[in-house]
Parts: sequence; structure tokens; C-alpha cells
Amino acid sequence: MTESETIARWVSPGARVLDLGCGDGSLLGQLWRIRQAPGYGVEIDDAKVLACIRNDVNVLQMDLEDGLAAFGDQSFDYVILSETLQAIHRQEPLLKEMLRVGHEAIVSFPNFGYWRARIQIAIAGHMPVSKELPYQWYDTPNVHHCTLVDFEALCAKLNFKVLERLVLTDGQPVATLPNLLGSLAVYRVSA
Amino acid sequence: MIVAPQKARFTEPLKLTGGALLPEFEIAYETYGELNAARSNAVLVCHALNASHHVAGSYANDPENIGWWDNMVGPGKPLDTERFFVVGNNYIGSCFGSTGPTSPNPATGKPWGADFPVVTVEDWVAAQARLADHLGIERFAAVMGGSLGAMQALQWALSYPARVRNSIVIAATPRLSAQNIAFNEVARQAIMTDPDFHGGHYYERGVVPVRGLRIARMIGHITYLSDDAMMEKFGRTLRRSALGFDFGADFEIESYLRHQGDKFSTYFDANTYLRITKALDYYDPATDFGGDLSAAFARAQADFLVVSFTSDWRFASARSREIVRALLDNRRVVSYLEIDAPQGHDAFLMDDARYFGALRAYFRNIAL
Repeated sequence: MTESETIARWVSPGARVLDLGCGDGSLLGQLWRIRQAPGYGVEIDDAKVLACIRNDVNVLQMDLEDGLAAFGDQSFDYVILSETLQAIHRQEPLLKEMLRVGHEAIVSFPNFGYWRARIQIAIAGHMPVSKELPYQWYDTPNVHHCTLVDFEALCAKLNFKVLERLVLTDGQPVATLPNLLGSLAVYRVSA
Repeated sequence: MIVAPQKARFTEPLKLTGGALLPEFEIAYETYGELNAARSNAVLVCHALNASHHVAGSYANDPENIGWWDNMVGPGKPLDTERFFVVGNNYIGSCFGSTGPTSPNPATGKPWGADFPVVTVEDWVAAQARLADHLGIERFAAVMGGSLGAMQALQWALSYPARVRNSIVIAATPRLSAQNIAFNEVARQAIMTDPDFHGGHYYERGVVPVRGLRIARMIGHITYLSDDAMMEKFGRTLRRSALGFDFGADFEIESYLRHQGDKFSTYFDANTYLRITKALDYYDPATDFGGDLSAAFARAQADFLVVSFTSDWRFASARSREIVRALLDNRRVVSYLEIDAPQGHDAFLMDDARYFGALRAYFRNIAL
């Protein structure tokens, strides 16, 4: 099961979706095809914005770090932040904004507690480089990595309810020791 | 692409927003490409302050006179005339062929001059709708414009929601700021206090308020460029070998503004300038909705593409984001591009790969 399949399963048919850091718009395209869920993407990168327009996906070129002032309170059913959390400088205000704008937030991120990452730091003594984290430490868009435990602690601090969680490694759901054995985490949360 | 200007005459009076009645009028226009059998591929291009219906191509008898948006519109261009039937038009009150202050007043046989009514963006769009009827276009695939042209593209979606499939709104603002109006007022004062203005009745005296027009244009040009672009282009480069310690043009920028002012005053009509700046000042679709732009857009049915440029301080990106917010509030299909271009307001006329690439992709996705 892929991350986008998970998200498509969670999103109810016809739901209004806002995808933050939407890339080329493929998730939004998929949600439209599978769930008839209309949506908008937010993207800052010129090439990705162009790709969205080519793919006929609504895209708004804005910087997530500036907040979500363009969007009204509770104007979406789901606000999605897919593998972008780790590249945001100020996560706390953005997560709050997501649940101001949306009824629910769907957040995914590479799990820094994954055993391969731990081994690279603990044994090899260098920052993890992997399929999920393909960047060298000096040349990465990522600024704030976290683990499942860290993210759930932040949700608790912000009084967010975790409604659903799926942890994946190589497309397979991970049930046991997810913070150690899972490489990617997908959460559905509400205020 | 060789093109030819045309004129359409409308004898049914046009009731103007300000209350006056325009008894009859003409619209100068050009078309590029072919209207398809389904009449579904028409795109209306709206111009800003000093441009005209001559959007693209050149004239057989004047090959140097290339349309103002020729980089955007033509065969194989982002707005591809091999696929779309593009209509350029000159709005009423202008001075390039459509009925305006320099046209004869049917009541007197003399030029309208100061008696030509103040027209609004809404009036322009109403007149353009007559042109669309004349051309047999029930519904435009897109209405597109930059700056003041973008206001027309917006207003089309509000005045005739069922007649616009896509509204392409570039370097726009939903309403002028106090600062925008202030610049316009300085320009108007420059014209109206010129001794050759004669209260707008200068045609019969055979004079032109050249000084006022020059200053108006110089002010305009300052607002069209960003601080950085102006510094990049002119810096503090001297026009002469050393400072003159007099009031000649020491710096390149002074010489540039003088040149632009001189050029403008030879072809632009002062009465037109006053009216266009008023139309800009008055435009505010939210007025009838207690200032609520989202309520104003409730009747829009079009899909929208909104484009702004980060260095545009005349109509800043924040103004375009107000439009986007109002469209989102109404769940319109909308995409928004914020192009990080250095040129300022004039960036909408420049061939930028990101901007043109997006326009090309957007037009390609318009089904015919």
C-alpha cells in the first residue's frame, strides 16, 4: 500500500481537499479520479507549479512559511501535508493553521526513528542517507526531522487528536515496533 | 503575421455607469486566427492604459508597428492563434480608433473633447459584449488582460458570468489603493493645470497640453518599474561627461523619463488620460457588496488563472491574493502564480519562461 492509496482511502468521496506542498499535483489528481474530491494545491517551486498547471490541477503559488491566510476557517474537509513537515521551519504554527482551515489534517513524514536511520547515526556515525531521506546533511531541504514519538508528543501538546495512523516500510504496513521498523508515517488528526 | 484593424459601429445607445447615454459608438478591433465552427475558441484580449486593439502582428503598410503583446499572442505563441480566435479591442474613451474624446460628438459634429462622459471598466465590458455579439461569439473560451486589462477580464466574469469560460487576470488589483489613486491624481493635475489644456477644449484651439501629458507619463513610468529594475537599468549613470550644475538631464534616468514623456505626448490624448485614470480609480467590484469582495464574486462562473509579480509595487502580489481569496471563498476553479520577476509592474509584458510556460500550459488545457 502506498501513502497516496492510504490518503485516498481516508478521504471521503466529494471531500474538499487542500494539499500543502503538492508537488506536481499527482495526489490531487488521484483524489479527483478515485474520490471525486475537488482540491487545491499549494506549492512554491516554479517547476512544480508549472507541472500542476500542465496536469490541470488547481495550484496556488504561495510560501507555506507565510501561513494559510488565503484560506478561510474550516473551509476544507482535509488539509494534507505529505512528506513536507520535515522541510518546514516553523511546524507548530503551520499545524495549527491546518486545523483552522480544515476539519482534519493528514500529515506524513519520513520517520527519523527508523532502525536504518538509527544505525547510520549510532554505528556508522553519520547522518542518515536513504531512499526516504536521499539528501546529504549539507544539501537538503529538510530542516526538522522527527520520529513517531516526537510527532505524537507535539500533537498532545497542541491538543490534537490522532484519529488514525498508518506506518509503512517499502509499501507494507508495519504493526509491531512502528517507531523502529517504520520508515514512513501517515497520520490523520483533528483539533 | 500581417493583420488589419477593423471597426464595428453600434447605433443602439449605451447607458453608462455614470448616468450618461452614449448615443452611438465604434469599437476598433483586430482578430487573429479563425473562429471555429462551434464558435468555442474565441479569446478576448483587453489592454491597459496606453495600448490598443493592435495586440499582435504588424500591418502590411507599417511593418515596424508590432502589436503590444506580440510575444504572447500569435502562431505557436502561448496564446496560440493556430488554435484560438483572438480578438484585440480598443476600449471606448481611448484614442486609438474606438469612440472617445477625439471622436465627433453626433450632437455638434465637433470632437467630444471635455464633453465626453467618464466611462468605467463596467462600461468597457458592456461595449465589448456588443462587439462579441457582432462577431457572433456567445461565450469566450477566455478573457485575458494585464493591469487595467486584468480588471476587464475580472469584470467580464462578473458582468457576463455565462459568457466567459476562463478569466485570466495578470498583474491585477481588485481595487486601487490610496497610493495608486494619489499617483493618478498627480498625473491628472499635471494635465489639467497645463495652460494648453483649456478645460479639455484644446482641440479647437489647435494646441495639445504637452507639458501635462509628459509629466503624467513620467509619473506613470516610475510606477511601472521596480526600484531594483530602475537601478539595474540606469543606476546613477550620467548622461553627460560630468555633473552640469544646472537643471539639464544629468542622469540617464532623467533623460529616459523625458524621452518617454515626449514620445507619449505626441500620440496620446489628454482627455483620454483623465478618463482612463478615473476608470481605474472608480473600479471596485466590492462596492455594491459592502466592500465584501467574496460576495462580489459569488456570481462568477468562470475558471480563473491569476498571475502576479513579486517586484510589482504598483499592484502588489498581496492585491492578487485578495482576488484569489475571494475566488476560494466561492470555490471557483483557480490557479495562482506568483512570479519572482524583477521588472516590477511591467513584468506582465516580458517574456519570462515561468510566466509564459504557465500561460501556454493553461491555454493548452482549455478544451474547445
